[in-house]
This record gives sequence, C-alpha cells and structure tokens, in this order.
Amino acid sequence: MGLLSKKDSRLILDPLADNNPITIQVLGICSALAITAQLKASIVMAVSVMVVLGVGNVVISLLRNVIPGKIRIIAQLIIVAALVIIVDQVLKAFAYELSKQLSVFIGLIITNCIIMGRFEAFALANKPWRSFLDGIGNAAGYGLILIIVGFFRELLGSGTLLGFKVLGDPIAKTGLYALGYENNGFMLLSPMALIVIGIIIWVQRSRNKELIEE
Amino acid sequence: MAKFTDKNSYTILFAVIMVLVVGSLLAGVAQGLRGKISENERFEKQQNILYAMGVDDNEGTGSVTFIPTKEVEATFHKYIKKQLVIQGNEATEDENAYLIDIKKEEAHASDDPNYKRKLPLFIGEKDGMTYYIIPMRGKGLWDAIWGYVSLDKDFVVEGVFFDHKGETPGLGANIKERFFMDDFKGEQIMNGDAFEGITVAKGNNDPLNERKDDQKVDALAGATITGNGVTAMIKKDVAQYIPYLEKLKNEQ
Repeated sequence: MGLLSKKDSRLILDPLADNNPITIQVLGICSALAITAQLKASIVMAVSVMVVLGVGNVVISLLRNVIPGKIRIIAQLIIVAALVIIVDQVLKAFAYELSKQLSVFIGLIITNCIIMGRFEAFALANKPWRSFLDGIGNAAGYGLILIIVGFFRELLGSGTLLGFKVLGDPIAKTGLYALGYENNGFMLLSPMALIVIGIIIWVQRSRNKELIEE
Repeated sequence: MAKFTDKNSYTILFAVIMVLVVGSLLAGVAQGLRGKISENERFEKQQNILYAMGVDDNEGTGSVTFIPTKEVEATFHKYIKKQLVIQGNEATEDENAYLIDIKKEEAHASDDPNYKRKLPLFIGEKDGMTYYIIPMRGKGLWDAIWGYVSLDKDFVVEGVFFDHKGETPGLGANIKERFFMDDFKGEQIMNGDAFEGITVAKGNNDPLNERKDDQKVDALAGATITGNGVTAMIKKDVAQYIPYLEKLKNEQ
C-alpha cells in the first residue's frame, strides 16, 4: 500500500485477520447470525455498516475535543442513530425490496457493539483520517465474515449465489440435483450461521497459534 | 485542571445544538426522499393486490415472487378493470381506491358512529374470470397484519396475500409464506347462505388442506395468536363486503 504508511495500513489490515471484530473480539454476532441466509443481504449489511462506521468515526473524531465527557455516550448514540436513519431512508428509496428484507436489522446497526466500541475505543482519541481507516478496517473485517458466512449459507442452503442457480434447478432436477443432491434447509436457520462462524474461528486459530487464549 | 467541556452550561449547550443540527438534518433527508419512498410503497400495494388474484412471477412452489416493480404499474392497469369505493349502499369508481388508508378509515368509523367507512374493492379480470379483491387489516401478536383476499363470484377464495409489521420471524412471520397462503385457495367463505370467513384452525386434521368446504385452513405451529389474528381479520373485514357482493351476484 503505497498510499498509506505502515502504521496506517495496519489499521485496515489488522481487523481483517488477527484482530477481527467477529472472530477474535466476538462482537456483532447477532447480526451475523440474523441476516446471512443470503449473500446479497450480507453484502448490503456489510456496506451499510461500513458507511455508518466510517462516517461515524470521522464525525466523532472531529468532535472529539468538543464533546462533553459527561454525555459522550449519548452524543455517540445520537450520531450513530442519525447515520443509521439516513442509511435506512436511502435504502427505502432506492432498494425498497432489500430494505423490507433487512427490515429491522438496519435499525439494529445502532446496537451493533462494533460501532460504539470503535467510537469509544478509537475515534475519541485519534485524528479523523486514522479514525476513518480504523472504521473502514473494522467494518471490512466484520463484512468479510458476513460475506463468507452468507456465501456458504446461500450456496448450501438454497443452491444459489446472489439469486443465481449455480448448482442447477432443484425442481427441474438439473445440474447437481440430477445426481440426487439436495439443498440443506438447515443452513438457512440461524444456528448454522453460528456453526459456520465457529468453523471460521477454528480455522483461524489453528493457523495462528498466538490467537489462542489461555 | 478542569477542561471547558466539563462545565454544565457547556454540556447543555452542546446537547441543544447537537439535537437541533441532527434533527434538521434528518428532517431534510426524510423530506428529500419522501416522494421516492411513497412511490415504492404504492408499487408494493399494486404488487400485493395483483398477487392476491394470482398475477405474479412465482416459479415452482417455493417463494413469493411479485411482478417486477418496473412493470407493476402497467400490469396493474391491465388486470384491475375497476376500482370501487363502497360507502353505505353506494359504490363509486375511483382509480386511486387502492391508496385508501384502511387504518385511518377504520379509526374514523370507530370514532364517529355516523361515518360510513369507505371500503375499497378491486375488480380484476384474468383469462375471462372476474376476481373481487378485498383489502384487510388486523392485529397479529406484536403489531399490525394486513393483506388482500380475492374471491370469485361464488365466494370461493382464489388467492390471498398477507403481510405483517413485526410478527416473530420463523413463526408468525410465516403468514407471508407460500405454504400458508396457498392453503386458502379454493376455500369457500360462506357456510350455506351465511358468511363464516375462514378459520386458521389448530387440530384441523387436514394438513394437506383437501377439504375445501369446511371454512378452515391448517394453523402454523407456534403462531397461535398470529393465526387467530388472521381469522379475526378475515371475519371482520370481508364481512363488510358481503352485502355488496351479494347484490352484485343477484344482479347478474
């Protein structure tokens, strides 16, 4: 990364792997279970969180010297709530069906612990540019896991990816289905998302022993 | 050393300014996007009405697929031949009847006993058959449920569409799934000459829904109150149309 200094690029790269918000810090699990039955919903959620966290981190960082300490949590909440409402309205206007599908989960971005966590832990103490990178990095780490989980759940649960029938048609029995393959309906239920995340955590920690807690 | 941001007066001032700034920002965004959002909601209503009369893009038996948003306006006008507003004994044509807010009408009628509530009725035609589509609105377990039911001239259900605001995912929310909605097709809502509606029944002993004359469909497991809400909604809202529909039938 020629554009970024080594220290800055770590802000983006760390949360993607060794300090991933979902698999290492175990934050934001609820939405990771709820909306990952389809790849498309995962991608939209990842992008929405990235917008909210990136912009929110910058706003908080710009205001870090003027936000009164006594009401800083409320100030953070108002900023994230305002951003989430804007994202929700924009989705309703330009991607109505998707916004119905994501319904309550867009609103629940507010409660995503990653967002308040980064505001409190990073943006309040760092300059806007670094805060922006931190926000994008953490949202990317979160989004990466969401997309991996969404990929496997949609592929194995519905036999589709982004709605395309990649494994053939289950009703007309073409492609893999001609060989007797069946979709695993269990993949569409939230418990399987937890199991997929568990497998990711396992793979990650077995590759990097330093991540294993005592 | 005390920072200036620790003073109470500063804290209050900051809070006031922040609320004003954020509030006006949100109001501006909502205002700017309102046209686009209400258009989407209008298309959704058209999609739902068409779905109830069997005009959809469903493939197989899996999921609900509406007519695409881009085509829905034209398709709506192609299939829906007449939109009526019934008020008391009178029926007038109104091509925006589908936009009537049933919730408001219901509230108005219950506040003012002299008010004759506007009842929108949509008359659709497909392959030479006439469909009478009735909008409904009721209460589920957590929040509002609503939908459309289409009847033929003999009071047989030709299709339904249900939706909800906040029923439990995986339980009550399943009223908008094919496996529930498809069960209503072919059910007779009249028991002899009397209106009975359709009951979402537990212990129906008819999981494949083969008996079509029993005014019953099989309930969803774990969604008793949502199911009862659907039953009550059909009874309450469809009943108001029966006199008019019977009049239409007798005139033919």
